[in-house]
Amino acid sequence: MIKIGFYPGCSLNGISSDYAQSIFALVNMFNVNLVEIEDWNCCGASAAHNINDKLAFFLPTRILVLAEKQGFKEILVPCAACYNRLNIAQNQFRTNEFLKNQGFELFQKFNNNIRLLNIIQFIELYLVDELVKRIVNPFNYSIVCYYGCLLIRPHNILKFDRLEDPQSMDNLMRKIGANPLNWPYKTECCGAGLSVSRAGIVAKLCGNIIKEATSRGAEAIIVSCPMCQSNLDMRCSYANNYLHTKTKIPVIYITQAIGLSIGMKERDLNLKKCL
Amino acid sequence: MKKKTLNINIFHNTAINIARCYQCGKCSAGCPIADNMDFTSSVLLHIIQLEDENMDKQVLESEAIWMCLSCGICESRCPMEIDIPKIMDYLRHCSLKDNLQNKKAKRNIIPFHYSFLDSIKYTGRIYELGLNVRYKIKTFTFFQDLNIAFHMFIKGKLPLFPTTIKDKKQLSTIFKQIKE
Repeated sequence: MIKIGFYPGCSLNGISSDYAQSIFALVNMFNVNLVEIEDWNCCGASAAHNINDKLAFFLPTRILVLAEKQGFKEILVPCAACYNRLNIAQNQFRTNEFLKNQGFELFQKFNNNIRLLNIIQFIELYLVDELVKRIVNPFNYSIVCYYGCLLIRPHNILKFDRLEDPQSMDNLMRKIGANPLNWPYKTECCGAGLSVSRAGIVAKLCGNIIKEATSRGAEAIIVSCPMCQSNLDMRCSYANNYLHTKTKIPVIYITQAIGLSIGMKERDLNLKKCL
Repeated sequence: MKKKTLNINIFHNTAINIARCYQCGKCSAGCPIADNMDFTSSVLLHIIQLEDENMDKQVLESEAIWMCLSCGICESRCPMEIDIPKIMDYLRHCSLKDNLQNKKAKRNIIPFHYSFLDSIKYTGRIYELGLNVRYKIKTFTFFQDLNIAFHMFIKGKLPLFPTTIKDKKQLSTIFKQIKE
């Protein structure tokens, strides 16, 4: 049994509990043990770095320190925003002496060598070989993969996949029998950071993404970021008002799509929780 | 002594040299919200390059620095690899420090960030319901998104009670430390 740390982040505890449930349901089918990091805190997401750069460094670093103390070598960070912030903090710890030398007892004996995995890397590393053998219902749909901005950028720090036209999620989808369409909005921003404060702009950004997906004939949008999912899903009515259409397209998590292909039930994957 | 210009401050604090920008405009072309901004990113960089005190003030008072989503498309396409999101972060911090926040941003974007941080301060994690209630009180937008909140609640996506972390002492030292 492989033991891997799990940092859910706040959204998987709340608005994206369906994502967390689908991850655990999927992982339970395989020989991997996900253990939640004890006493984790919020990584600060989009707000902390806007207001205070020290805060944006300390919050994620506390999580990394906790994970190291609890003996994890690798942690799975399914939320793209958390993955982004944790990676940036890790990088700052290596490069920014000023922040590192804040005289904080937290950082003593901290080696900073935890490997952070996003959900796609995690599936590619631990699940995919086993997964391909177990497919019973190929996911026979034309889909578009939406990576979002935080999973790919800043590229010099995250070093994950290609910058403008990433392929990792498309490859996974091909393996479970889906037909991933080529489209230009893979890494376009959905505007989640302004989702509450400027709903009008978010309606426009989401509207453009949804319009492009449907016009290419996609039957679903596959995402791996809870912010993108809730934004595209929740703001669909706003986007429709902006586009003057009545489009409805399911926005589902990559783990839900994979779960369906290996014959798991909709209820276990919590598909009903999509709005 | 002459006041330091933004250009110099940015260089000292973030080690980014804005003089490298040669105004190709790729950042503004890729920016998803460029048409909602009062200054686009390339224009902002140009204004900072000019090193004029009044114009620097205009930059810090602009709405654009608060509209930036830090999605990073500008940086990824910049031929000179200028880290524009980092500059935007720095400009926001300066704007807060000098109390020059844009009036429109002050109405909703900035209160949202503060409500977000308050939630972390009190519970260590984000508690969506509390966060949104606090935001609504701060901004008097009681009716916005109520239908979405209702649907989310029905689907069980909006927990009623917050979960808190145990080691609150460590958290409060973090929040104390950043004030220094």
